[in-house]
Amino acid sequence: MADTSQGTGGLTFDKSKRSWPNELNILLALVIIIVIFEIIGQTAPYMRGQSFLFDTRDRFDSIFNEARLQIIILQVAIIGIIALGVTQVIITAGIDLSSGPLVAATAMIAMSFAQTELVNGNPNPKAIFGLWAMDLPVIVPVVVGVAFGAVIGAVNGTFVAFLRIPPFIATLGMFLICRGIALWWSNGQPVSFPTESYKFIGSGMMPVVWFVILATIFQLIMSFTVYGKHTYAIGSNEEAARMSGINVKRHKVLVYMIASMLAAFAGVVLSSKGATAQAGMGEFYELFAIAMAVIGGISLTGGRGSIIGTVLGAMVIGVIRSGFTYVKLDGSYQLMAMGGIIIAAVVLDQYRQRNKA
Amino acid sequence: MSDDFVLKTEDLTKHYGGVHALEGANFELRKGEHVAIMGDNGAGKSTFVRQITGVEQRTRGKVWLYNEDVHFAGPLEAREHGVETVFQTLALADDLDVPDNLFLGRERTFADWLGPFRLLDYKSMRQSTIDALNRTGVKIPNIRNTIRNMSGGQRQCVAIARTATFHSKLTIMDEPTAALGVQETAQVENIIRTLKEEGEPLILISHNMRQVMDLVDRIVVFRRGRICANLKKEETNGEDVVAYITGAKTQPEYEEVA
Repeated sequence: MADTSQGTGGLTFDKSKRSWPNELNILLALVIIIVIFEIIGQTAPYMRGQSFLFDTRDRFDSIFNEARLQIIILQVAIIGIIALGVTQVIITAGIDLSSGPLVAATAMIAMSFAQTELVNGNPNPKAIFGLWAMDLPVIVPVVVGVAFGAVIGAVNGTFVAFLRIPPFIATLGMFLICRGIALWWSNGQPVSFPTESYKFIGSGMMPVVWFVILATIFQLIMSFTVYGKHTYAIGSNEEAARMSGINVKRHKVLVYMIASMLAAFAGVVLSSKGATAQAGMGEFYELFAIAMAVIGGISLTGGRGSIIGTVLGAMVIGVIRSGFTYVKLDGSYQLMAMGGIIIAAVVLDQYRQRNKA
Repeated sequence: MSDDFVLKTEDLTKHYGGVHALEGANFELRKGEHVAIMGDNGAGKSTFVRQITGVEQRTRGKVWLYNEDVHFAGPLEAREHGVETVFQTLALADDLDVPDNLFLGRERTFADWLGPFRLLDYKSMRQSTIDALNRTGVKIPNIRNTIRNMSGGQRQCVAIARTATFHSKLTIMDEPTAALGVQETAQVENIIRTLKEEGEPLILISHNMRQVMDLVDRIVVFRRGRICANLKKEETNGEDVVAYITGAKTQPEYEEVA
């Protein structure tokens, strides 16, 4: 055998021999980026010695700048929830472009079932339905929203798996359809004034709580269940998966459904956070979700990547966005730099994979 | 019909339009027997295997597997009936490790009430993988490595170990060593010998005369879509087989068809 490092020795099962996990590289990159921002903050003259992560004035609690940490996590939490689903789709060698507009459509629909009857003693000026849809229990809008996501995901999955439409095209079509649904739902009018219990879903740090809970659940699912194993198998070698008796088509529909349900839930959280739903919500969310997954080490050819990687990818994007604002980089430059960083991440990852193989 | 047939075909025929790729093949495989199928390219070897494993639907003829008249709609159904095929193009998922590949599609699980989210019994699958690899004598340094990082020989061994793990009723190997180096070929041949010791029936398609003479009990020669010879290894030699393959000789009982 050409590869002498593998040897021909006895059969072993050695955890220490497992390859260096990709996630550690992303963590390393995250730390490096933070250090770079910290150095800029301490040395650049116009920054006047501000610190990126640490808070030197406030000595009463921890040394960290909690406000900035909170903003970093909070601003990526909702897109992060979408990225959890997109990750699973990409692992099957697919793609889901429909999640951004799906966020808007779900926000509109869910908010319509979450409205409160009286606003400051007056009837709700933005009411979509009659009195029967007012002040419903909070579970109703959430279930309606997620169920809408499930339907959209089932349609996506059916087109991809059974009608063999390339995922890019199928979800691009759904991208437009969902944006259309969002605009049609209330003729472009925003839907507002939800119940107090609905507002709670996205209040304060709740988006982060949802993100962490869902990320944990799906990391466990991807690692320890048949669903996860088959998802990786399909992305790795679809023909082998089929020959092994996996119902590839049914499984793909399930993956697209879960991805869309996560995006729909992100829509619920987003509309709750802003206490309003607008047809233009979630613009570019699908692209940022894909970027998080890609920075997190996911291969667009499928079979490779993890939920933890995507969570770290989300953190990288959050830190970069926050850091650019902190070093007072103009918004237009931020977008350009962000694009460059995404491309650089993929180039680095491919280079590393080639060297490994 | 006698009880000890693993596989029996009668008048197995496949026409692609006007092309008679396989014509009236009568073939038998007994328990514990290893049979090689030889013949020139286009002689009908692979066509014959494709009819048995359900990859294609036969034009006419019958197939019995353990005295059961079978007609597989697809390779999956054949597999469910215990017919394992090791293809030249390996059906392995590159990003998964060895136990994952061995148990792909038939994972051991618990908490089955969770449906698609039922939990994988990694421990048991790893142990069974190690047992299967030990039994077949396959040496893989670390079964937790992904298939992507393995050599061609190791991959082939994993594919073959998969058939051994599940005690298949019939193993078919389509040129398993065609793409392998000398050492790797020896490794695969060792596994085939182990299968023989375990009494697992095997159909081996190969162009390698030395390999065939080393490994099998019987050689069936195909020529232009028909079986032209059925030779016991002890009663033949390499030159003889080549004569049958090239058409210089035909056994008397196959005279009228050839």
